[in-house]
Amino acid sequence: MEKKILFANIDDPGQPEIDTYISKGGYESFKKVLKEMKPEEVIEEVKKSGLRGRGGAGFPAGMKWSFVPKDSPKPKYLVCNGDESEPGTCKDRVLMEHDPHLVVEGMAIAAYAIGANHAFIYIRGEFDHPANQMRKAIGQAYDKGYLGKNILGTGYDLEMIVHTGGGAYICGEETALLNSLEGKPGQTRIRPPFPAVEGLYACPTVVNNVETLSNVSLIIKNGGEWYASIGTEKSTGTRIFCLSGHVKNPGNYELELGTPLSYLINDLGGRVIDGKKLKAIIPGGSSTPILLPDKIDTPLDFESIAQAGSMLGSGGVIVMHEDTDMVWVARTLAHFYMHESCGECTPCRQGTKWIYDILSRITFGEGKMDDIDLLLDLCDNIDGKTICPLGDAAVIPIRSTINLFRNEYEYYIKTGKPLVNNKFMSFV
Amino acid sequence: MALSTESIDAIKEAAARYPHKKSAILPALTIAYRQIGYLYDDLYIEVADAIGVSPNEVASAATFYTMFPKQKVGKYLIQVCTNISCGLMGAESLKEYLLKKLNVKEGGISEDGLFTVVSVECLGSCTTAPMMQVNQTYYENLTKEKVDEILNDLREKG
Ligand SMILES: Cc1cc2nc3c(=O)[nH]c(=O)nc-3n(C[C@H](O)[C@H](O)[C@H](O)COP(=O)(O)O)c2cc1C
Ligand code: FES
Repeated sequence: MEKKILFANIDDPGQPEIDTYISKGGYESFKKVLKEMKPEEVIEEVKKSGLRGRGGAGFPAGMKWSFVPKDSPKPKYLVCNGDESEPGTCKDRVLMEHDPHLVVEGMAIAAYAIGANHAFIYIRGEFDHPANQMRKAIGQAYDKGYLGKNILGTGYDLEMIVHTGGGAYICGEETALLNSLEGKPGQTRIRPPFPAVEGLYACPTVVNNVETLSNVSLIIKNGGEWYASIGTEKSTGTRIFCLSGHVKNPGNYELELGTPLSYLINDLGGRVIDGKKLKAIIPGGSSTPILLPDKIDTPLDFESIAQAGSMLGSGGVIVMHEDTDMVWVARTLAHFYMHESCGECTPCRQGTKWIYDILSRITFGEGKMDDIDLLLDLCDNIDGKTICPLGDAAVIPIRSTINLFRNEYEYYIKTGKPLVNNKFMSFV
Repeated sequence: MALSTESIDAIKEAAARYPHKKSAILPALTIAYRQIGYLYDDLYIEVADAIGVSPNEVASAATFYTMFPKQKVGKYLIQVCTNISCGLMGAESLKEYLLKKLNVKEGGISEDGLFTVVSVECLGSCTTAPMMQVNQTYYENLTKEKVDEILNDLREKG
């Protein structure tokens, strides 16, 4: 069901102002941790909540924080990931635009918990408005004494910096993000060492998604147990799902984890447009396998979606109706991964281009029947053979469309025309 | 010198914010391209001087990031998202409409020097598709009427 905890105040136009935020109890959690809690206790509370990362992989947040070595003499850093470039995803932007202090407070608490005196938020370069909202909120927090030196007389110092990127998808991957934050090209690093040990400027660093960190002040305020009571046993809390594509009411909806996909698409989304039949769903951003309509009752939680053969990913739910040409879907996404491959690993750099070329050939009516197996072969030669998971992600839509819609590829190759002609392709 | 004093000051201020000034390269490139419109080799030297790093370091970052235009574009750079969610809602036809209406080729500059139209990957606006970004501003849930209005406004502003 819809449950607005992150979105509790999202419709209040005054919310980005610090006085409004404070009048609703804002920054009380940060004050509480500074005055009453040791960093370990904060980590413990977050562990208790069961909060898992919202950036894609779903790693437990409290556990990640506990990997930061306490005895390291080096400075420690917190980095909030606001790169948001997984196709189909646009939720972090909403939080940054409409409730920026929720993000700032979450970052401040996390920084305190890991012993960082510097916190960065990396925002994709195109997000000018969200970055301005964050800058304004951070400025207000400094003015109120919630950031800066000797915060509220507790002796804790925290500087918070907005960093804007240069429009590269790969910079959402945490090690590429760190390189980018250091002023370098956004190429990925081999792990280990993991960022918690050797991250920004080779110092211990925690990278968390915007939505992940936005939950933190709520967990401190209401307790880890409260948070764990929402959602399912292993997938606690809520998530913001970005519903896009062929539905009547697209939008960002915050749901209790475990809510059926059908509730999102039919009840909130108002079903498929124009009374068309549902054909396919990408449940967690472009890097997650396609689900067929028979999976529409799958509960939206990490485990159930995995069982259905896909992933919760970044929360981008993309709905496609019967008039969607699945070879076009594959080619569109192949173009994306080719464009965004950072070029570091040969299988990804060359393979994504090759895949795109073959798909283009098919859509230009020059495909050969062997092309389908050639595509699958290329996928095998990329998957698991690159430094970062961009390569693994790139093959997912290709395999997924071939597995589920092979007949559409075959028809295209035989006749030079799509089996289904995208009939939605006009905005006018 | 192509960079204005304001830009140089803003770059220096950015560099002072970071524990290591090299981190200011991307913010500095953002400041530079927003002032000039695009990036080019000699500009990297100016940016590097303002931060206090080597021009090579600036160039290697600048060339990696596709968001910074590397050649002259119209006063209004129109970026149409043609990725999946926008594509499902008619992004290709939106782009065709813009190209025809402005009488330009993709990536070219309209005769009045005002417009360049390019297609880009997902801009994080998927639930409000189709959409386009004009310089820094997002325009969402586009219809033909809206696009006409936006173009008229921009033309009037000149
Ligand atoms: C290719 C690629 C792109 C990614 N893009 C993003 C992104 O845009 N935003 C994000 O928060 N995480 C992204 N991630 C995941 C990050 O690497 C990292 O796991 C995440 O920021 C950790 O935060 P979390 O534990 O709070 O989810 C991406 C990963 C990969 C492999
Ligand atoms: S697909 Fe167009 S903004 Fe995301």
